[in-house]
Amino acid sequence: MAENLLLQALSGLASASSLFLVAAGLTVIFGVTRIVNFAHGSLYMLGAYLAWTLVTALPRGPLGFWGGVLGAALLVGLIGVLVEVLLLRRIYRAPELFQLLATFGVVLIVQDLALLVWGPQDLLGPRAPGLRGSVEILGLRFPLYDLFLIAVGPAVLGLLLLLFHRTRWGTLVRAATQDREMVGALGVNQRLLFTSVFFLGACLAGLGGALQLPRESVNLHMDLAIIVEAFVVVVVGGLGSLVGAFLAALLIGELHAFGILVFPRITLVLVFLVMAVVLVLRPHGLLGRPPEAPPAGAGGAEPPLRPAPPALRRLGAAALAAAVLLPPFADAYALSVLTEMAIFVLFAASLHFIMGPGGMASFGHAAYFGLGAYAAALLAKWAAAPMAAGLLLAPFAAGLFGLLFGWFCVRLSGVYAAMLTLAFAQIAWSVAFQWVEVTGGDNGILGVWPDAWAADPLAYYYLTLAFCLGATLLLRRVLHAPFGYALRAQRDSPLRAEALGVDAFQVRWLAFSLAALAAGIAGGFFAYAKGSVFPTALSIPRSVDALLMVLLGGVRTLSGPIVGAIAFTGLQEQLMRLVELWRLALGAVIVALVLFFPQGLAGAARAAYERRHGPAGA
Amino acid sequence: MLEVAELHAHYGRAHILAGVSLSVAAGEVVVLLGRNGAGKSTTLKAIMGLVRPSGGRVRLAGRDIAGREPFEIARLGLGYVPEERRIFTGLTVMENLEVGRRPPPPGRPAWTPERVFALFPSLAGLRDRPGGRMSGGEQQMLAIARTLMGNPRLILLDEPSEGLAPVVLERLAQAIQELKAEGLAILLSEQNLHFARLVSDRASIIEKGRIRWAGGMAALMEAPEIRRRYLAL
Repeated sequence: MAENLLLQALSGLASASSLFLVAAGLTVIFGVTRIVNFAHGSLYMLGAYLAWTLVTALPRGPLGFWGGVLGAALLVGLIGVLVEVLLLRRIYRAPELFQLLATFGVVLIVQDLALLVWGPQDLLGPRAPGLRGSVEILGLRFPLYDLFLIAVGPAVLGLLLLLFHRTRWGTLVRAATQDREMVGALGVNQRLLFTSVFFLGACLAGLGGALQLPRESVNLHMDLAIIVEAFVVVVVGGLGSLVGAFLAALLIGELHAFGILVFPRITLVLVFLVMAVVLVLRPHGLLGRPPEAPPAGAGGAEPPLRPAPPALRRLGAAALAAAVLLPPFADAYALSVLTEMAIFVLFAASLHFIMGPGGMASFGHAAYFGLGAYAAALLAKWAAAPMAAGLLLAPFAAGLFGLLFGWFCVRLSGVYAAMLTLAFAQIAWSVAFQWVEVTGGDNGILGVWPDAWAADPLAYYYLTLAFCLGATLLLRRVLHAPFGYALRAQRDSPLRAEALGVDAFQVRWLAFSLAALAAGIAGGFFAYAKGSVFPTALSIPRSVDALLMVLLGGVRTLSGPIVGAIAFTGLQEQLMRLVELWRLALGAVIVALVLFFPQGLAGAARAAYERRHGPAGA
Repeated sequence: MLEVAELHAHYGRAHILAGVSLSVAAGEVVVLLGRNGAGKSTTLKAIMGLVRPSGGRVRLAGRDIAGREPFEIARLGLGYVPEERRIFTGLTVMENLEVGRRPPPPGRPAWTPERVFALFPSLAGLRDRPGGRMSGGEQQMLAIARTLMGNPRLILLDEPSEGLAPVVLERLAQAIQELKAEGLAILLSEQNLHFARLVSDRASIIEKGRIRWAGGMAALMEAPEIRRRYLAL
């Protein structure tokens, strides 16, 4: 038994090493550029694929293998430089969620490119020459290569610490981590510094991926699998702290190794639970420090909400009339798309409610959408309840979890808050995925059909439209009530709002829960519209969908999420139908959107309108 | 050395600088005086490129620098010491100096840590002290020392006297005079007339983003009505 535990611990250490390499790159890049690079997992995956290509192409033997591994790491470094120069350099001053989204666009693009180049099948690499065998530890065999990996983590940590503390470059990087503007005023070319940091970070991710080659097959799911864990490691360790990332990687590695033994059923939840606990106890991670000064010039004051120009009102009225009058003439497919649009309008509006006027970042809003959907579906499946009961339970379930999760999330701000919302969403997703007896796991819950009175697609559409539109309008109404003023006041200046007697925490908490509740309504209708619920309803891509809708429409206008939801649903539907490489196309759209329309469609339209007609309402 | 003509700057829609003009000759110390919010800091930031000027000219040693990036402006010989000092708190004194280090223009002796410590002896004993564990006066000296390590021709000193004890102020004034004696030009912004008087040759008074008065320091001291109108609280 004891020797089994030891071996388990060792194998945990071995997997911690790769995790650390990826997380180290992520944390170094974040430290200097303040960008949370979602595409870091893609760089890791590219490292593994490129290593496979190089190692199988080069002559066999130690030189070919290690040369291939290092070559792959360097190539990935260059790819990282390309991403930095072409994309990230242009958005360093953009709000955090835009940056996160832009790098998520890169994730989608890389996924399809990798599929094009390497095909859908898993690839198996050769084993490392000289490290093929195993050693005997307490009578049990342990792979030599894993022992080697265990040593790689601390070795890389040591080299990085030397680099950062003993070289001029490292000193500049540490200085820029604290105050990049001041470093620029002292004559340091930040662009060069950022690009070189990105090169180093990308190399580390590539190396992490390349070193996995002898351990596991290379596949197209490596990117999201590692990035979520790396986020956890970086956030638990403290953003920007290398030693923190190392400790957290060990913690997560061991948690995995022993979690399998002790709680095989909730391994996925365990990791995110630990993250949530750490963030609640130490909001800036194990070794992280609160930022000393808010980054200068970032964001700035939000413009006040202004009444819509008359043209937009007329357009809105026309759209509403079309939504009510046209469907009787639509076919079944068009009706299902329209129903989905109505649902996503509410989903997007609920996210916009906390993101725009609330100023809170959420990267896990799908949790509440999915919880609503699951609440309705579970009630239908286990209690055979009528549809009305399910639709009623959905917002309550989502709202309750919103109260619970929100209580933790709204204490943090910026990236930390976004990561905590992501963690809670992943917890919800893991439960839906792993608790097979109740939720059906990956197979989902089927047969969630509307009652007879709403079984006709047209009737269900009108029902959905009434409730989703009603809830959306209610959310807008709230924004113009005193509660809405308080919400916007605490976003613009928490300190001044508090001085005026606004309980910022309570306002944020309530807003978060209200948004969760609204997302739950949308989720409930979604379950009955589709007749089924799968874990994807609360997965990261679903959260990203919501973010895309809001950003596509524009964060700063109230009509933004509505326009965005309609445009996004239509766009995705068309892309998936017409384009084979729809991820590539969607990724490119995201990147273009962030680069060229940071104000979103509604924002851009409004700016164009005001250029011609002067500011509305002025 | 430095010529600023009709400099304009905006924060969003707010017009902060409405045509600031001033000049600093080689080896001269000029003080920019004014009340809170008059535009002193913004003038220095706009010269340094930290706030993008929306109009006007800035020339350093005959070269146009308006609209360039801060790091390029620094490399052309302009040093900047911000009001908040902005010491790298996680770095030691020596590391802070290292961040500021740049090669000197050809033919000029380079500033070294040793020369800097000779100017500010109280820093010499703190080489390995993290910047975050220093007093306000020590941080101010380190901020100046860090900028000197870049071998500038002119430094912009933003309210160096703020929050410092009289003894420290005296030491600081002495250091500024020593730097001036070495031929370094200095443009400082101040609210503390007493300190400004100790070090400056000329003064410009700014109010609401415009220069309202300019002249010799001695002339200003003999014009109480000017001081009352623009500087009295």
